[in-house]
Amino acid sequence: MASRVIMPKLTDSMEEGVVVKWRKAEGERVESGDVLAEIETDKAVMDLEAFASGTLRKILVPEGTTVPSGTLIGVIGESDEDIRGILAGAQPSAARPITPRPSPAAVASPEEDKRASPRVRTLAREHGIDLKAVKGSGPGGRIIERDLEPFLTKKEQPTVREVPLSQMRKAIVRMTTQSKAPVPHFYVTIEVEMAEGLRVIEESKKALPSSPISINHLLIAAAARALRQHQGLNASFAGETIRLFSSIDIGIAVALEDGLIVPVLRDCGSKTLAQIAEAERALVARARGRDLSPEEYTGATFLISNLGKFDVESFIAVILPPAAAALAVGSVREVPVVRDGRVEVGHRMMLTLSCDHRVIDGAVAAQFLQTFKQALERARDL
Amino acid sequence: MKATYREALNQALREEMRRDDRVFLIGEDVAYYQGAFKVSKGFLEEFGSRRVVDTPITELGFTGLAIGAAMAGLRPVVEVMTFNFAILAMDQIVNNAAKIRYMSGGQLSVPIVIRGPGSAAHQLAAQHSQSLEAWFCHVPGLKVVAPATPHDAKGLIKSAIRDENPVIFIEAQLLYPMQGEIGDGDYTIPLGVAEVKRPGTDVTLIAYSKMLLVALEAAEKLAQEGIQAEVVDPRTLRPLDLTTLAASAKKTGKVVVVEEGWPFAGLGAQIAESLYRQVFDYLDGPIVRVTGRDAPMPYARDLEDAAIPDADQVVAAAHQVLYRT
Repeated sequence: MASRVIMPKLTDSMEEGVVVKWRKAEGERVESGDVLAEIETDKAVMDLEAFASGTLRKILVPEGTTVPSGTLIGVIGESDEDIRGILAGAQPSAARPITPRPSPAAVASPEEDKRASPRVRTLAREHGIDLKAVKGSGPGGRIIERDLEPFLTKKEQPTVREVPLSQMRKAIVRMTTQSKAPVPHFYVTIEVEMAEGLRVIEESKKALPSSPISINHLLIAAAARALRQHQGLNASFAGETIRLFSSIDIGIAVALEDGLIVPVLRDCGSKTLAQIAEAERALVARARGRDLSPEEYTGATFLISNLGKFDVESFIAVILPPAAAALAVGSVREVPVVRDGRVEVGHRMMLTLSCDHRVIDGAVAAQFLQTFKQALERARDL
Repeated sequence: MKATYREALNQALREEMRRDDRVFLIGEDVAYYQGAFKVSKGFLEEFGSRRVVDTPITELGFTGLAIGAAMAGLRPVVEVMTFNFAILAMDQIVNNAAKIRYMSGGQLSVPIVIRGPGSAAHQLAAQHSQSLEAWFCHVPGLKVVAPATPHDAKGLIKSAIRDENPVIFIEAQLLYPMQGEIGDGDYTIPLGVAEVKRPGTDVTLIAYSKMLLVALEAAEKLAQEGIQAEVVDPRTLRPLDLTTLAASAKKTGKVVVVEEGWPFAGLGAQIAESLYRQVFDYLDGPIVRVTGRDAPMPYARDLEDAAIPDADQVVAAAHQVLYRT
């Protein structure tokens, strides 16, 4: 029975061996224990002994060739035995001459040769960027993250959410653009001392805990008084004429969750502070409950917008026609003030008046604010 | 509360010895001299010579003795005067402390802490200026901790003492006088959890022990150039909190690892290899290591300074990974 001669694994670390020399020739008689060949391992050259007796029928691996351990290198059998079965199992391709392995760069096609950092490859994959279009600035032309920036910024815009306009928002858009674009606005600011006003409010809290006076009430009353004196501001531009109103109808901006509304307090010029307070409370409550009829929030002749509770120092309001002026009110702030050469604690509030220059001129606006300021600083007389 | 690194260790050890009477301190000069660096100040008075044990100069002997005590149920804290002398105890540490649990099939455990300063101080020369953490990290069965701040030192030494397995706890002479805010009372910091010491987006600086301070200084310099460096302190070197390190590396794509030890087979090589496996696809270039010079520590001060990483070297390494050289 034919016997296989294989490249042995002579040490633990031996992966392959070299057939240095065949000591028997094809067709030569071999006894078990005879030296068949010299094998070079990773450590030494050793003799390969025959494990079977017979004739060395076939040498499969020529001298000087390296093959992995376990490779069939020869066949021993009877001289007339059919060894085609064994030979068919042999893998001549297993024998490989030692040649330098081609380097990856040598086999890569020119397109694949474009070098990029792993991060760049990942980013390119995630953002669908074709690296052929990117010029590398790294070592050896390597594409690095920086080179990708122009391509990434296009893709990485913050997400945008489109919210449909509510009816109220549409109205605000219409009103403010109808105002701001055609109306030539100008602005005048004045600072008011509110110590007296605050005292009036405190006293009313004690006297009328359920319905005290608020800053807005004082503002409306002071505005009514100033408008009575400066009627040119209680007016509207009407194309060929300027319309002067006999009734002082003051609009109060009320913030709602999704916008704002401006309920109108009618005929403030003939109301006492208490009447103003009562009417304002009722109107604003109904505004917050969205319970106003259209005539209750249109046609103001003067506007007040108070952002004081939001800790705003000052701001500028947009005039809502037909009114020709709007007053923006900031917070009452405790600030040091110099009086008679001494520093005292003041309670100051900034008022900014936006005016339609077609109707109102600067000096008129300033005089109005002076009157307004005096009225507030003598709040007890309101 | 403010405390120095030294005071934080003193507090933590004291609290642990009060909490658990199995805990004892053993080493050269720990009792009457109160520790070569005064970490055990006041201990002999409070706990007596049975629990604060002065030894002869026999690292192999007293470390072995402590390992035996740990196997028998006590919780020894061994102070090595510096980790340079722990070399003498290497056989006990590597062959016994690290292996007893494994070789006894879990029947025995060695809840021991071996602590003391590693790394260079000033002009202690070649034999006494070594950063040997990589030696210990190499050994399965050892946990290795190297805190940089007083807060971390206190929380981590407590966790080390309460751990059921041997912990190598590496301090630093130049850190002992450093002050910092520490937590109140009995808090612990788990072993194996890194911390981002300074958040950033542009480059990750990984550094531990003394080198954390160098990395933070470098981050400050980089910030002046508009580069936002993220500084991550592994705190525990083995087991390494790869999750935290990888998250930062993935974010920035640029990594610098700073260590005071020698470069060849140093800990930074291990950290880099771990990161390559985890976040290769997110790196914008090779990880750069800043290490001590590959030489015995020189004695001359200017040469010594040149052999230890400083902030400028870390800044230069950051420029390199950012391709700004």
